[in-house]
Amino acid sequence: MGADQYDEMITHLKGVYPYEGCGLLLGKGDRVSTVRGVENRRQERANDRYEIDPRDILRIEKEASREGLDIIGFFHSHPDHPDRPSEFDRERAWPEYRYIIVSVHNGSDVSARSWVLSGENGTFQEEELTIEG
Amino acid sequence: MNFTEEQIERYSRHIILPEVGGTGQAKLLESSAFVLGAGGLGSPSLLYLAAAGVGTIGIVDADCVDLSNLQRQIIHNNQKIGMAKVESARETIEALNPDVKVNVYNERLTADNIRELIRDYDILLDGSDNFPTRFLMNDAAFFEKRTLVSGSMFRFDGQVTTFKPHEGLPCYRCLYPEPPPKGLVPSCQEAGVLGALAGVIGVLQAVEAIKEILGTGDSLAGNLLVFDALKMNFRKVKVRRDPECNLCGENPTINELITYEEACEIQAARSEGG
Repeated sequence: MGADQYDEMITHLKGVYPYEGCGLLLGKGDRVSTVRGVENRRQERANDRYEIDPRDILRIEKEASREGLDIIGFFHSHPDHPDRPSEFDRERAWPEYRYIIVSVHNGSDVSARSWVLSGENGTFQEEELTIEG
Repeated sequence: MNFTEEQIERYSRHIILPEVGGTGQAKLLESSAFVLGAGGLGSPSLLYLAAAGVGTIGIVDADCVDLSNLQRQIIHNNQKIGMAKVESARETIEALNPDVKVNVYNERLTADNIRELIRDYDILLDGSDNFPTRFLMNDAAFFEKRTLVSGSMFRFDGQVTTFKPHEGLPCYRCLYPEPPPKGLVPSCQEAGVLGALAGVIGVLQAVEAIKEILGTGDSLAGNLLVFDALKMNFRKVKVRRDPECNLCGENPTINELITYEEACEIQAARSEGG
């Protein structure tokens, strides 16, 4: 993904700290060209759970099709927790989509890793997250 | 398409699934399904197709609701006894989801009416309770090139599969070339059927039909899913297209619809759906 997209994602996630932030990754193949941060719809346990509003999905789906892009994945933050998928993340994940998990410590220290669910055994495999430019 | 606020709420659990999303939900709303029989299998199929927002649903059934149906035919209720099943089903569906347009056909399917009836629908579900209808539906689906999701049950056993002979996959006649002789197999009325089994099989048919509409996941076509409720065991058995099949084989002998009622007068059979 580009540095601009990365920064936009991080800014969104820092902005909602100490709650979990989330959003969608648009692009083609494994290349993210647009990030869209959305509101975490979760009222309870919003510090360690996220849920995306179907209205946001619809809006972003339309935008993606207008731009000739696909929804290729999702990102969310783990406030004050590591950038590894939780068991809950694994249960909710879909094969073939990319999940970028961003750890946000104290609202400022960040680290990000990208994960793909393996269809065969249902475990997350890390893939290299490359920031360009 | 543009969803209303009510539709976004109603289908929100679909829309947030990446495999469905707004695009898939729009496909469902623009799709149509034809359900043969508003009985044991048709009831749960219809309820879930309607809940999912399949935009147009056709229902054919010539029977009226009877008290002995209510042990398994959950789209009907006590107040509907004596009412035509298709009308009863229509009322339940309209109360469940006003997005769905329901077309009812309070008649028996025959060689004369079936092709015209099913032609307008994207996908067909067979929950019929007798062999003549099951063969008629299979043949008509083949001639009209429609995918047919078939369910059947008997006592504690159920089966589900999808027929797509127009895509080179087997049809019902590849499995069973001809209806069994009259009286060979008992009907539900004679043999009984576990009511909740109808739910398992009818819902599997709905799941399969919805996947076909969405074009997602693996189709059951070419496989027969067999459920044994007593052993609580699912088995998936490969079924192959029969090159000698009289209908979809290389040298077909069936070139038009056949009415089996006269040759085979069984009212209900092993493939009980009602």
